[in-house]
Amino acid sequence: MLRFLVRRSLGALVILLIISALTFFLFYSIPRDPALLACGKNCTPEALEVVRRNMGIDQPVPAQYWEYMTGILLGRDYAVGPCPAPCLGYSFVDNTPVWETILDRFPTTVSLAVGGAAVFLTVGLATGMLAAARRGTVVDKVLSSGSLVLSSMQIYFVGPLAIALFVYQLGWLSQPRYVELTEDPAGWFAGLLLPWCVLSIIFTANYTRMARSTMIEQLQEDHVRTARAKGMARRTVFFRHAWRGSLIPIVTIFGVDLGSLFGGAMITEFTFTLPGLGRLAVESVTNTNLPMLMGVMLFAATAIILCNIVVDAVYALIDPRVRLA
Amino acid sequence: MTIPTTPGREAAGPAPAAPGDGPFLSVTDLRVRFTTEDGPVRAVDGLSFTLERGRTLGIVGESGSGKSVTSLAILGLHDPRTTTVSGRIRLGGREVTGARERDLERLRGNTMSMIFQDPLTALSPYHTIGRQIAEPYRKHTGASKRAARERAVEMLAKVGIPRPRLRAGDYPHQFSGGMRQRAMIAMALVCDPGLLIADEPTTALDVTVQAQILDLLGELQQESGTAIVLITHDLGVVAGAADNILVMYAGRAVERGSAAEVLGAPRHPYTWGLLRSTPDLDSDPDEPLRPIPGTPPSLLAPPPGCPFHPRCAFPPRVAGGPGRCSAERPELPEGRGAACHLTADQQRAGWSAEAGRAGATGSASVPVPADGGADLLRKEGDR
Repeated sequence: MLRFLVRRSLGALVILLIISALTFFLFYSIPRDPALLACGKNCTPEALEVVRRNMGIDQPVPAQYWEYMTGILLGRDYAVGPCPAPCLGYSFVDNTPVWETILDRFPTTVSLAVGGAAVFLTVGLATGMLAAARRGTVVDKVLSSGSLVLSSMQIYFVGPLAIALFVYQLGWLSQPRYVELTEDPAGWFAGLLLPWCVLSIIFTANYTRMARSTMIEQLQEDHVRTARAKGMARRTVFFRHAWRGSLIPIVTIFGVDLGSLFGGAMITEFTFTLPGLGRLAVESVTNTNLPMLMGVMLFAATAIILCNIVVDAVYALIDPRVRLA
Repeated sequence: MTIPTTPGREAAGPAPAAPGDGPFLSVTDLRVRFTTEDGPVRAVDGLSFTLERGRTLGIVGESGSGKSVTSLAILGLHDPRTTTVSGRIRLGGREVTGARERDLERLRGNTMSMIFQDPLTALSPYHTIGRQIAEPYRKHTGASKRAARERAVEMLAKVGIPRPRLRAGDYPHQFSGGMRQRAMIAMALVCDPGLLIADEPTTALDVTVQAQILDLLGELQQESGTAIVLITHDLGVVAGAADNILVMYAGRAVERGSAAEVLGAPRHPYTWGLLRSTPDLDSDPDEPLRPIPGTPPSLLAPPPGCPFHPRCAFPPRVAGGPGRCSAERPELPEGRGAACHLTADQQRAGWSAEAGRAGATGSASVPVPADGGADLLRKEGDR
């Protein structure tokens, strides 16, 4: 287990290094000067120089990268003041510290991701397993094709429709918004319910399809036949013997999906005007806001990598043949 | 031959069934038909046999002859949506065919159980051996978790797993192939079933382990008086382990008799072919094996008449001409006999000629116990 964690953490570091370097150097290939944007209308060359120095972009790009990376570990000093580790710098746009902005936006994104994942995982597995159990029947056909229709919808289309229907027409839900879970749990739930459900429609179909096919595959396994030959009831065979093996491919995809949701669900966040990491990332790109963009990218990458490590550990829980090393 | 022989096993037979019990398992005119996209497949077509407690019936045939389909039909494990099973199966005086699924569940693993060919895939990789053995015991006896676990350990000890208490906590992948099959046997016998179906129980194992597993099955049978259906394509396996043999071809029984009779004096040309194509330590190593020409028929469109006639060399000798074999389906007589149009005398003489041809060195090329083979051929002549 320890060896597994050490090995995977080292691998994660390498991946993060590559991602950070790619993002950093690609950013500077954009033919736009963030200093010029920040300097404003009445910019003089002298003022521009000061802005550059304050932003830390007066040096060659590799040196900047080196400073940026060491800053994450050790902290660094900016013209506007010291920045303790983990220092991701200050926003080019409004000089807010990147790390704090991310921490500020993260709860929204986590709430959206975890709640949405709970919805699509539950609904997807339930419908998929039901379809597998009733394979070839009307139930199977309705569930399989129904989930496909839903997944062909788009969030930016369904989202506003859902708001119009459930909020304005029927008045069942309040306008989607984010309130802190710790402040008002009921408000948190009510405010996010619609985004969760709408976010889920694109994921659910995948899980329905996957749960159905892996379940059908598992039901044909030799050891499942053995369980039936032992006299186990259909229900026991289904849930105790076949279900376990069907989880492996689902967990794999779920790890990737959840990881990327932790990095921000851009379309959903925009549709429901939720202040999450996805919006932050898009805004940073449009504003040529390098520190913010780097911060969100590294944060999202870390989330995905961590989720993958967790997935690998979960494999070992599901299947005793898997050994972590 | 590495297959153990158990001389005199018939004399030392285990607790015989109480008089009046009749056979423990009786299968009458069993037909299993699969619906496929290409049309109906008659996997088993009118099969009948009986089996008493404490006895072993070997069902022999090539792959696709309907052996495994038969065993799954007895347990009622076929998918009713794609499979039609007709005929009668009676087990311990109870009707199995047409029983409700809930009633079948009570019989499976309890009154009748099964061991499969490859214990690695047939055991669940996700549960410990102990739990897998305890599971049917709990279900069928209502025992507590602790009692079932004790029973599992006891069963593991019984099938010869060293340190059973410790090994009960292992997963199948931590067992060797032979140990896995032992665990599988422990699982099948945990509720003392009256009938055990062993579907190619040794095919996936090393030859040395095969013998151990067959010995184990024999010992356990002696103790408990279980009736065993031993399904195999390996004549060596039935030679050592079976009391009676049923030879299947294309979903039908083509020959029936005691092990010594069928292996020592086979009557059906298909059985002759099977025996001829089996290697044996006593025969001349330079002499080529003689496989049966042709391939088994498609069960989608089985040949009319005798299903074996396209591969058979004997239709010209049949009374009534070769046309009879392709037109008229030969019936398998009750008791000892073969489903063949050759006369009984022709059938006896046929194998003597075959054996004479094959055994140029003087020994019959038959993997039979010491009391079988050539000896029986002689006895057959004396009768």
